[in-house]
Amino acid sequence: MHQYTLTSADGQVESYTDHKRFWWMLSLVNPLIPLLGVGGHLISANELWLVVPLLLMFVLGPLFDWLFGEDENNPPEVLVPQLEEDRYYRILTYLTVPLHYITFLCVAVWVGTQSLSWWGFLTLTVAVGFADGFAINTGHELGHKRTKIETWLAKIVLAVPAYGHFWIEHNRGHHRDVATPQDPASSRMGESIYKFARREIPGAFHRAWMIEHERLCRKGVPVWSLHNEVLQSYLITIVLQVGLIAAFGWIMLPFLLLHNFFSWWVLTSANYIEHYGLLRATQADGKFERCQPHHSWNANHKYSNLLLFHLQRHSDHHANPTRRYQSLRHFEDLPSLPSGYYGMYIIAYFPSLWFKMLDPRLLALPHINGDLSKINIDPEAKQHIYAKYG
Amino acid sequence: MLSMVSPMGRFRCPGCGYVYDEAQGDDHEGYPPGFAFTQLPADFVCPDCSVRYKEDFLQDDPA
Repeated sequence: MHQYTLTSADGQVESYTDHKRFWWMLSLVNPLIPLLGVGGHLISANELWLVVPLLLMFVLGPLFDWLFGEDENNPPEVLVPQLEEDRYYRILTYLTVPLHYITFLCVAVWVGTQSLSWWGFLTLTVAVGFADGFAINTGHELGHKRTKIETWLAKIVLAVPAYGHFWIEHNRGHHRDVATPQDPASSRMGESIYKFARREIPGAFHRAWMIEHERLCRKGVPVWSLHNEVLQSYLITIVLQVGLIAAFGWIMLPFLLLHNFFSWWVLTSANYIEHYGLLRATQADGKFERCQPHHSWNANHKYSNLLLFHLQRHSDHHANPTRRYQSLRHFEDLPSLPSGYYGMYIIAYFPSLWFKMLDPRLLALPHINGDLSKINIDPEAKQHIYAKYG
Repeated sequence: MLSMVSPMGRFRCPGCGYVYDEAQGDDHEGYPPGFAFTQLPADFVCPDCSVRYKEDFLQDDPA
């Protein structure tokens, strides 16, 4: 086991072993899950195999979170610089990039060359859509970093789910506006995921475009040019997806539309649960208070955190967005979710269940303590919520 | 005779350590070399972390 040590000036030795070090390799398995369906179908000629990837994600995901439980372990702060410098962690994020391409292309070839039943086509397409939604998670980890290679890899991997505007929207828009009513990527109390998606998907695109437009105007370069970092990633998407239509014909059109939609839906699901109802207070100068750890929901579940590069330790990520995934910390007394993201996604898809589980949890948070004025509430649900909890 | 060059400051984000160096500007963000920190828009947010606002930035000690 790799151990990090540091001897301080007064002779004190601090050491740390990352017990998850080896297990972080699970992040390489995540993009490959749909291939299990394709492989099984290839070998056995039984189309039922195409259902397996979705089952793995949404049955085994919550089950493994329940089985393996939570992990509250943090690295000592003095050893974080060593941990951040360790290239092993970074290489794993690099490697997931080609894996997303391989899976996407293999599944596209399979859909393009086999005559699948409608349900085989649908389950495989939705599964690869979800898997490539996690490409947005890889793009998220990479896009927050300052090195050129990492920002480029972010743009390259975001081309798979056709979501090239994400890293600008997320880094410069969502992180600035998080947990405020003006953030299209922070959900409001009383807002169902279906209503949220209609605000989030167009809102994110619009905000990214405006931010990039402003930057390019300051630089004095044309918006419709290769300097545009939204268009750079879209260009890769166009080559990829038009190429597939040219190669395999019109069957690719429903495949790509569904694939892209479900990839976006994964991000919508994550955004929906990460800040539900949380609100930054308005200061005397009219600006919002800076983002604090209690402005994000967290999950410490081992299994899903290993698949998602610690995305669920979301409070530390928002307080320190450039911190690398291996050094993100757990804090006590923060908004915490009863399950990892896989389980929470399923709950979010049933709005009445979601409200029943999350609304009391939200109201009970120490910084809210039942005070509805400290919650980001959907204006259309306000009357109903005040009648129920006011 | 010594010519007076106006000193160029360095302003640091207290959260993530991003530095706005007036001598360099920030080419990616579209601020040319010599662009004063005070001239940055009032709603300027740290380009690296987007957590800290302009008024949160601390000037590095010129020494």
